[in-house]
Amino acid sequence: MERIPILKMGQYLLVTIQVDLYDQLAENLESDLINTISKHSSKGVLIDISAVSIIDSFMGRILGNIAVMSKIMDAQTVVVGMQPAVAITLVELGLSLNGVISALNVERGMELLRSKMHNSDNEEPEYDDDNE
Amino acid sequence: MQNNSLMGLKEHENKLLTIWSQILQDSGAGDGAMEEEESKEFASLFLSALEKSGNFDEFEKVEDLIIGIASSRGKRGFSPRENAQYLISFKQAASKVISELITDSAELYDANLKLNEILDNMMIMTFEAFMKGREDIISRQVDEISEISTPVISVWEGIVALPIIGTLDSSRTQVVMENLLQQIVDTGSSIAILDISGVPAVDSLVAQHLIKTVSATRLMGAECIISGIRPEIAQTVVHLGIDLTGIITKASLASALRTAFDMLQLNVVKRKVIG
Repeated sequence: MERIPILKMGQYLLVTIQVDLYDQLAENLESDLINTISKHSSKGVLIDISAVSIIDSFMGRILGNIAVMSKIMDAQTVVVGMQPAVAITLVELGLSLNGVISALNVERGMELLRSKMHNSDNEEPEYDDDNE
Repeated sequence: MQNNSLMGLKEHENKLLTIWSQILQDSGAGDGAMEEEESKEFASLFLSALEKSGNFDEFEKVEDLIIGIASSRGKRGFSPRENAQYLISFKQAASKVISELITDSAELYDANLKLNEILDNMMIMTFEAFMKGREDIISRQVDEISEISTPVISVWEGIVALPIIGTLDSSRTQVVMENLLQQIVDTGSSIAILDISGVPAVDSLVAQHLIKTVSATRLMGAECIISGIRPEIAQTVVHLGIDLTGIITKASLASALRTAFDMLQLNVVKRKVIG
């Protein structure tokens, strides 16, 4: 079965979606990703959707789900490289993906993840201790 | 039969032209040499079409000509009323010539009726041509306005600003959003400032559009600041119960820029003068 590769980079997971997603593929991605997070106890997930030209409401919801699920697993999700047309479509659909943090490109996304990690290390040490 | 009598007009073309230009001069609807050329062309084409009456192709040519004349007169500053006057005076001149040609009253009536019918039709066409000319101008201007009224300015490295002037409707919001998002991608900016000091009024629809633009910018991974909120706008927004709490709003572009600098961890300091 076709799958979207999930790459591990240290503490982070990198997912680059380079095909147009159909529903089954997206659902597989969701479960694969959550499993991988638990396996490597990753701290951050970076999803690159710069090559995705079409996102429908289902896909929008899957992205939102992934963000919330990873959050529960103590990983921060960043979606990077959204096309302007995709952003407009999502807004018109009424999906503003509130739980999802966005960044312009992979570089910025990594920076953002690092700063988030840094902040949570500094500011909320007691929460981290509780979770671990 | 009336065709035959109307055909006779062709032989009196010069007389008709003289009377016509006389009437035009008297009514003050003429403008000299340029018009004389047009009139001559129109009269000769019209009369030859009349001569071959029944041949619709011929009249189509005349119609094309009169539409051309009408739009060219429109460009020269004539009002549609004056354009109509132009044809009415032609009708008057033609009637005069006919009444001299035809003695039988029934025949004269028929000829006049026929003439009226043809010329009235043409008059409507000149109005249509005039309207169409105006509409073309308006639609071109609308395009131009929407094109030039949404410039995206790069104010600093990583900061773009977009001053919105005029009312925001759905189609304009679309253009604004597309331009802004494209510019964010092109320049790799992480902060967009939306200045609405040029927006005359904010109602719930406009606020909706603003919120959409801000959400789309956030989805792209940039932050959006709305600036230029005047006291009246703040009042209406609160009175309408619009929730702008999730959005960074600033009173002026200057304070928005200051916030943007803070977010990018930039510091603007006054240079110390030595000595």
